[in-house]
Amino acid sequence: MALARLLTQVENDSPEGRAALAELFPYTGKAHLIGVTGAPGTGKSSLVNQLALHYRKIGDQRVAIVAVDPSSPFTGGAVLGDRVRMRDLAGDEGVFIRSMATRGSLGGIAQKTASVVQVFDAAGYEIILIETVGAGQSEVDVARLAHTTLVVEAPGLGDEIQAIKAGILEIADVLVINKADRPGVENTERALRSTLELAHPMKRVSPALAGGARVRHHGQAMTVATPETDSRIWIPPINKTVATEGKGIEEVAASIARHAGHLRQNGDWQRRDRARLESELELLLREELMDRFLERIPQEAYDELIENVVNRNISPYEAVRSLLNSK
Amino acid sequence: MTDRKIRVLVAKPGLDGHDRGAKVVARALRDAGMEVIYTGLRQTPEMIAEAALQEDVDVVGLSILSGAHMALAPRILELLKKNGQDQVKVFIGGIIPDEDMPRLKEMGITGIYGPGASTDEIIRDVREAIELRGA
Repeated sequence: MALARLLTQVENDSPEGRAALAELFPYTGKAHLIGVTGAPGTGKSSLVNQLALHYRKIGDQRVAIVAVDPSSPFTGGAVLGDRVRMRDLAGDEGVFIRSMATRGSLGGIAQKTASVVQVFDAAGYEIILIETVGAGQSEVDVARLAHTTLVVEAPGLGDEIQAIKAGILEIADVLVINKADRPGVENTERALRSTLELAHPMKRVSPALAGGARVRHHGQAMTVATPETDSRIWIPPINKTVATEGKGIEEVAASIARHAGHLRQNGDWQRRDRARLESELELLLREELMDRFLERIPQEAYDELIENVVNRNISPYEAVRSLLNSK
Repeated sequence: MTDRKIRVLVAKPGLDGHDRGAKVVARALRDAGMEVIYTGLRQTPEMIAEAALQEDVDVVGLSILSGAHMALAPRILELLKKNGQDQVKVFIGGIIPDEDMPRLKEMGITGIYGPGASTDEIIRDVREAIELRGA
């Protein structure tokens, strides 16, 4: 009860919530934060469900799930439906599922998701799975929050041009092709693999060519030297799953574990931690400065200024300058 | 953030598979600005109470069309109470015979809605119940 209520206070940014976060903060930093993102309908919730089951089975690790769904931009209401796919976890006291609405945030998670995750971390949950809203191309905030980010794809969603665009694929630490029993899975895998090869031209991404290989090029037989693998660079593995049937989950969990090992080995774990806290600090500072600044501006003056902008008397830039210069 | 969001769990306990009503209500509450956690079909009272607890909801809406309301409703109320969630308001929608209504209300069900009930009425009652309780 206490934990659930605390999460509400933190989500609502109440004074009690802020005080509790301050007290809990020294106890955070122990959990492995795993982000799960991907387009709507790729099977994020089902995958999260299976991963949680897996972590419960292999060791006595407590698992928290933070599942984010979008708020309506018009009414602020939301339907949070991720629990529908997580019914296998019901009745297990070692699993805590919390649904969150984005409440106006556009990066795929809510503004307070990081704080909610901190509460779970301090409460001793070793694994925290963060499921984003159905993400398109640029909802990439989860990568800043999580140690390991899974990007979930499904067959039939896009071609290689989609795969070379900037954005969501770039944040993947592990790529998961879910619904791998569907037709077109080879095409999806090929597209993702070629994207990885473009991103890592000096690496051998295709296992077939590892260790040097003889290939034919314009009728000429030639040997392709494969460069030394650089252990400092992480190339996202591609795992295939059928989450509704629990297939391929162990491979995904193994990839996640290898990624955690990789981060710890070369200091990236601390680097990511630092980057995350830095961006959180910056966000809070911005929010606080904005609030404090607006407090000093009389509402009438502000309204008048907006009126002036609407009437095209001054530009938004000029309006900002006049706000900053007013005392 | 001016006021805190009303959080509602919409659940379908028992074995009937008709969830259109539950979805209509979930959607209506969403459009009224509430955060609705939808759990899907065939939930046990234990699953519903657990979800209500973890999600720290203000309201639980049960959709029951199976006729098992006199068994399911008291069980769910009892579990909520056991978890320290006495303050959660429970509403039922579905096929509820008139003669059962007084007993359900006595048990602590806040509102009961049959076929043809308007979603505006449900929204109004939910808001009122929360205001009376004091958020």
